[in-house]
Amino acid sequence: MLGSFAVLRKQSLLGDAISHAALPGIAIAFLITGAKDTNTLLLGALVSGLIGTFWIRSIVTKTHLKSDTALGLILSVFFGFGMLLLTFIQKQPNANQAGLDKYLFGQAATLVESDVWMMAIVTGICLIVMLTFWKEFKILLFDADYTKTLGFNTKTIDILITSFIVLAIVLGLQTVGVVLMSAMLLAPAAAARQWTNSLSKMVLLAAIFGAFSGVFGTAVSASQNNLSTGPVIVIVAGIFVLFSFVFSPKRGLLFKQIRFVKNRRDLELHKTLAFMYHIAETHDNISHPHTIKILNNFQGYTKGTLQKLVDRGFVELDGNMWHLTEEGFKTASNLYNQQNASDE
Amino acid sequence: MKTLAVKVDDLTVAYNYKPVLWDIDLEIPEGVLMAIVGPNGAGKSTLIKSILGILKPIAGSVSIYEKPYEKQRKLVAYVPQKGSVDWDFPTTALDVVMMGTYGSLGWIKRPGQKEKKAALEALEKVGMLPFKNRQISQLSGGQQQRIFLARALVQNASIYFMDEPFQGVDASTEIAIINILKALRKAGKTVIVVHHDLQTVPEYFDWVTFLNVKKIATGPVKDIFNDDNLTKTYGINYKVSIQE
Repeated sequence: MLGSFAVLRKQSLLGDAISHAALPGIAIAFLITGAKDTNTLLLGALVSGLIGTFWIRSIVTKTHLKSDTALGLILSVFFGFGMLLLTFIQKQPNANQAGLDKYLFGQAATLVESDVWMMAIVTGICLIVMLTFWKEFKILLFDADYTKTLGFNTKTIDILITSFIVLAIVLGLQTVGVVLMSAMLLAPAAAARQWTNSLSKMVLLAAIFGAFSGVFGTAVSASQNNLSTGPVIVIVAGIFVLFSFVFSPKRGLLFKQIRFVKNRRDLELHKTLAFMYHIAETHDNISHPHTIKILNNFQGYTKGTLQKLVDRGFVELDGNMWHLTEEGFKTASNLYNQQNASDE
Repeated sequence: MKTLAVKVDDLTVAYNYKPVLWDIDLEIPEGVLMAIVGPNGAGKSTLIKSILGILKPIAGSVSIYEKPYEKQRKLVAYVPQKGSVDWDFPTTALDVVMMGTYGSLGWIKRPGQKEKKAALEALEKVGMLPFKNRQISQLSGGQQQRIFLARALVQNASIYFMDEPFQGVDASTEIAIINILKALRKAGKTVIVVHHDLQTVPEYFDWVTFLNVKKIATGPVKDIFNDDNLTKTYGINYKVSIQE
């Protein structure tokens, strides 16, 4: 859902950076409290995720580095630091340590009822905020400079969006883990973009795709003992994306190809018809018959196209003679005028 | 002297250490249709963006009708360069024009029937009403420019800043746009346009500013649009025939 915003901001990798940046937060929270309480750990993740994000922003605004460089830098530094802390924790004589590495790839099975409630509440808050500031989010995504001239504080809107993306990521960490979280954020949005040209529908679809991948992924992993849930969910989401790329009616590859071929065929027909029109034009009576041979002078002519024109009722055949029907003549003259109009 | 619509004092803008605009003083009287001309990199867009507070100047101040710009935002509308946004964004022409009403709505409030009506009227003015439900990526460059213009018209401002509205549009769109601009001037609005085509300056505009990092000259086209100022601005011997 929130992923839609990330995709449209061309900041898709931000999600990846944030989720990796959350890892040291988890480790530090554990080191400080010494307990594996989910909420404390996620709070740590949230804090370090936010720190990472705002570092990225300040690197981009204050230095000459491009945003992908800044993202990559923060991502690897934070992740490296997080791994370092994890290995350090592993060497400590503390029975609690086992299970922290679950956050790397996620473990839906570790979720308990209170976690689910927490997720539901935060999702609810996200929804309310999104609906409230829908107009502001939309215009900022489309045209930030213009938004500023209208008198909106673009920084506030920006921070609001970014904070909620961070929040969503941190919540998802427990399920799909640090490494795969960004796919969970982006895949539903990328898939949804293929199906619609409206922002509201895109966000709604992304939410549905996301929820479905979650449910379906969990069901698959539960039925097969050894499959871990996070990766299965991500793969299901990935299948959604692939399917959408190929089969969506407007932007999909398959329909694009079909349209292309169809257009080319139509064009061939139109050209042949126009050629016949020119011949017919020279006679007062449009249904004056001509030999089929005459069509051989025309490059694009084949028996197939002639047959198709007959099927459509544009042309009638009589032995080896042809003549245009009333309808064929009208269609052809329309085509011809249209062509002239668009040339001007 | 007429009332001043826009007054710029000592405006200086720099990227890193290189000044892009140097100590600009500019007074634009109410009701003119003004072109800002100058070579590439002269700071034309930067001037507009700093006046509108999109870029932060190092020094200088801007006042609109003798009050600071921040207090007068509602009097000012902006048409950005067409290339500054992603036209693949999932939205329709009508939706983009509606964005022009967001400023007067303020935070949180949603646009309603009144705003929709205003947006439709603006679309009508730019001749884009038949395309209102078209996804914006499926509009031609000239149509996209008209949508941007309509969005600014909806704001019902007194002063319009436009960044190269004629860039990449065909002749018929150019005529349509200039007619709208002239209608705005007729209604007493002030229109400031970043412009590239020197040939059309005397035909389209009545006021002109020459800019090349520094302000070279500003005033009525018939007084200052001459070879001398053009040479000063563009650095080469520039000959434009001006019909008197």
